Amino acid sequence: MTTPSRRDRMTVGRWSIWVVLVLGGLVMLFPVYWVLVTAISPGGLAQGSGFALWPDRIDLGVFGRAFTDQPVGRWLANSLVIAVAGVVLTVVVSLLAGYAFAKYRFRGRDALFALMLVTIMVPIHVIMVPEFVIVSRLGLVNSPWAVVLPTAAQAVTIFMARQFLAGLPDELLEAARVDGAGELRIFLRVVLPLSGPLIAVLTILTFVWRWNDFVWPLVALQTPNDYTISVGLAALNGTFSHPWDEMMAITLLSMVPVVAVFLAFQKRFVRGIAESGLK
Amino acid sequence: MPLHELATAPPGVGGTERVRTPAPRPRRARSQAMAAWLFIAPSLVLFAVFAFAPIAISVVLSFQDVAVFGGGRFAGLDNYGELVTTPLFWTTVRNTLVFTLGTVPTSTAIGLLLAVLLNRRLPGRGLIRSLYFLPMVVSGVAVSLVMAWIFNADNGIANAALAELGLPRVGWLSSPDWAMITLVLAVVWGRIGFCMVTYLAALQNINPALIEAAEIDGAGPWNRFTRIVWPLLAPTTSLLVVLNVVFSIQAFDVIYVLTGGGPGFATTVLVQYVFRAAFTDGRMGYASAIGVVLVLALLALTLLRSRLVRRTGDVS
Repeated sequence: MTTPSRRDRMTVGRWSIWVVLVLGGLVMLFPVYWVLVTAISPGGLAQGSGFALWPDRIDLGVFGRAFTDQPVGRWLANSLVIAVAGVVLTVVVSLLAGYAFAKYRFRGRDALFALMLVTIMVPIHVIMVPEFVIVSRLGLVNSPWAVVLPTAAQAVTIFMARQFLAGLPDELLEAARVDGAGELRIFLRVVLPLSGPLIAVLTILTFVWRWNDFVWPLVALQTPNDYTISVGLAALNGTFSHPWDEMMAITLLSMVPVVAVFLAFQKRFVRGIAESGLK
Repeated sequence: MPLHELATAPPGVGGTERVRTPAPRPRRARSQAMAAWLFIAPSLVLFAVFAFAPIAISVVLSFQDVAVFGGGRFAGLDNYGELVTTPLFWTTVRNTLVFTLGTVPTSTAIGLLLAVLLNRRLPGRGLIRSLYFLPMVVSGVAVSLVMAWIFNADNGIANAALAELGLPRVGWLSSPDWAMITLVLAVVWGRIGFCMVTYLAALQNINPALIEAAEIDGAGPWNRFTRIVWPLLAPTTSLLVVLNVVFSIQAFDVIYVLTGGGPGFATTVLVQYVFRAAFTDGRMGYASAIGVVLVLALLALTLLRSRLVRRTGDVS
């Protein structure tokens, strides 16, 4: 595939397709661009009089105002705590379970695995009421744990861990056993060091999912200081009194971490999506 | 890979096959089973408390008349009976279908087209792909707020552009029909990248020799696509359609923030109706009944797909 074949040569037809693809890509980029441009334009680039695609003046003071007018700093910090704690728990729990499902024989293994997978079909909205009762009985409402714990064990991530770890050679594990290593030791010294790519994909996907979560944090976190950035943003939108430049500035801030993760780890992120069948 | 399908697939279909694990010597078997349960324990506890328990409680609640948190009265099938006789339920079913029909074929078709075009060598291919992938990481809330601003009736760029072209302004979010179209646009924007990723992965699994052989036989690009690529992509297409239908039926964030289900109930879909029944009206039993119906519909859909896949698999 190194020498360009006849099909790879750029003809007039191919260049026109290329132009269409680039224009389509710019259309896809437009909403993200519009968030940025609205945020940094004084008055939010309102289109009431005339039509403008870029600002005459730039005003970066909007970011300062966003932080002083609203508890945006708190919201971002809450989201970060929830996403990071969620990633750590999900990665640990999924690796352990995925390893057990992939490399051990025990009664009820396949039935339990199937039972976990079925939960993927149940949207959170459907079980939110009993979920909330359970979380409040545990005394977790308004705490980051109210969001972290219910989403920590994910069928998707356990499934991905199982698929990956099933590929480890059994001989490796047997050799360690022959050397007298205990099961936990084998996991820590043999399995874990070989799980780098799996951990990377799980970390990236879980971070993006937890950062973007909306409906469950909306129910579980009820005082404004405990909101995540998504819940806070939606709450601001509901009040209809906020200038658009400030709204878009906060929207932009909410997008920065996930866009950064995407740009830094695009290959792994995309492969993870293709493997998990979930976005 | 096809997770939603796996949930209902029998062993041996699409990756749920038993993992072949060598049998340990009997002496070690017990200690290994014990280790396995210890490894699974953290997940099992979390699943039991935060998934299995609420699911079971929801099913029980659906047969009860529960007005507030706490005790309820057994109500048999009353909730289900009320469901089928409530016009608003059927309105939300209809809206869910319209929303699903608006989002699924469009995002799947655009994803396929882009994947085919961007699977070939092109200058700046990686960068162009990134432009289409990027919306995947933008949260539903952020998507909604940008779209609310772009499609703002008075100051939004969409109406300004229409005015510039001499066209009448549109009530993007205030007219019932346009509100649904705006929602579909917002969701399709976020989902094209996902369809494209899945198709790209499938295209890369097609043996290039097949395409080259057809080319040598004189098949043009259109024939190569319709005769070879499209049939080979059939399992991916059916998987994507099912996944997209599931995503669309479960879609909540964008609808909640962008239209709030309005104007009126014009964009209220089933999951929103559940949310409303539970948290606005405080009717837990009724909300649970809607949820049970919804999950049964989703299960039926994936079962249907795995049946179809098995049948076509038998033929080939």
